[in-house]
Amino acid sequence: MTPQPIVDARAVHKHFGTLHVLKGVDLKVAERELVFVIGPSGSGKSTLLRCLNRLEEPSSGSILVDGIDMLDPKTDINHARRRIGMVFQSFNLYPHMTALGNVTLALRKVAGKSRAEADRLGQAALERVGLADRAGHTPGQLSGGQQQRVAIARSIALEPRVMLFDEPTSALDPELVGSVLEVMRSLRESGMTMVVVSHEMGFARNAADRVVFMDDGLIVEQGPPAAIFEKPTQERTRAFIGQIQRH
Amino acid sequence: MTTWDRFLDTFFNGKVMLKYLPDILWGVVVTIELAILIVLSGLAAGLALALLRSLAIRPLNWLIIFIVDLFRSLPPLVIIVLMYFGLPYAEVSPSGFVSTWLSLAFVLMAFSEEIFWAGITSIHKGQWEAARSTGLSFGETLMNVVLPQALRLTIPPLTNRTIAITKGTALGTVVAVSEILGAASSAMSNSYNPSPLMMGAAAYLVLFLPVVVLARRLERRFAWKR
Repeated sequence: MTPQPIVDARAVHKHFGTLHVLKGVDLKVAERELVFVIGPSGSGKSTLLRCLNRLEEPSSGSILVDGIDMLDPKTDINHARRRIGMVFQSFNLYPHMTALGNVTLALRKVAGKSRAEADRLGQAALERVGLADRAGHTPGQLSGGQQQRVAIARSIALEPRVMLFDEPTSALDPELVGSVLEVMRSLRESGMTMVVVSHEMGFARNAADRVVFMDDGLIVEQGPPAAIFEKPTQERTRAFIGQIQRH
Repeated sequence: MTTWDRFLDTFFNGKVMLKYLPDILWGVVVTIELAILIVLSGLAAGLALALLRSLAIRPLNWLIIFIVDLFRSLPPLVIIVLMYFGLPYAEVSPSGFVSTWLSLAFVLMAFSEEIFWAGITSIHKGQWEAARSTGLSFGETLMNVVLPQALRLTIPPLTNRTIAITKGTALGTVVAVSEILGAASSAMSNSYNPSPLMMGAAAYLVLFLPVVVLARRLERRFAWKR
């Protein structure tokens, strides 16, 4: 018997007005799996990710995360989202709060922890991303890489079942990318289930279990990184891989 | 008597000033009372409307926008006069004080609603998404993440508008409220001498200059630091 997948999305469609962005996408993610989603811009990979925690409302299809039907109107979406961490391209830290304040807000308001307990858990989460000594700093006092690590801490503090990464390093200066990837790698080693939309192909090669190539609102091809990068079967995949490897 | 003496005797007449000082001081008290009431109720109502508007209930928002636009376009004097002389026909007879207070509070509500609303909508969508993705509800996100940032942005336009509208308490004169200007102008007609008006002007300076200075401090203190 195969264990139940953490993410089970089926036939997901998304329309933005007349634009058909997702054209029936199926995606299963197993526990402890790291799935890497690649594809040209406009292929729908970010939209797919944002449908998984319903930041974007799918037009049709079904999405189960950790057994919870995300699209059922009866589902307590706030409760469900607590178990789905999300990291954004532009960090989206709360600029009026310290790093610790960013990490502890949901712990207090959503998880119902006392301030002391939230502070303790928040401090531990900052420790995990290597920023325990920056707890009292505001986002403005942190580098981009540090901000993104605080954003990761904000998610992992809630002990999610799965983490979604939406181009987490795209807004970073090249020299700061490494520190964020390092944190993602250690998360993966701790057994976190992760879905990553990113252009960091080097990271995909040595950290991903599976690479999913999307184009034009559909999953074109998927498989182990070696297979996708070295021996893609689809012409579109080959063209895309060829294009990014030229740079 | 030199020209200078005559000028002083007319505009800064010691005897007249002494005689009407209590009236002017009482006017200061009335103005302060009015100002505090207007600022508290006007800003509270404006914020409440802006929060209601963020719920995005269509018909409700049309109503809010209509009310806000109405009170932003009507001259405050017209509102005061309508309330004081018009409402009695509807069996409600607010005093001049209440008419002035409510009229200016409505005007401040309207302007501050727009300012609060602009502040709320200027907060980047990513802030909402980040908070909602951690499981915070709409209301929790609004109160803990969006509003604290929005309020900071609104402080400079809000202080300006608040000071301008609070100075409108002088309009209470037309409905017989003896605030500073009212007290000064009736003293002026009783004494046939403009000295009380000079005292009134001095009272406004004493009252509002510290407020203006305080506002500037506030703006600097909350200037956006990223």
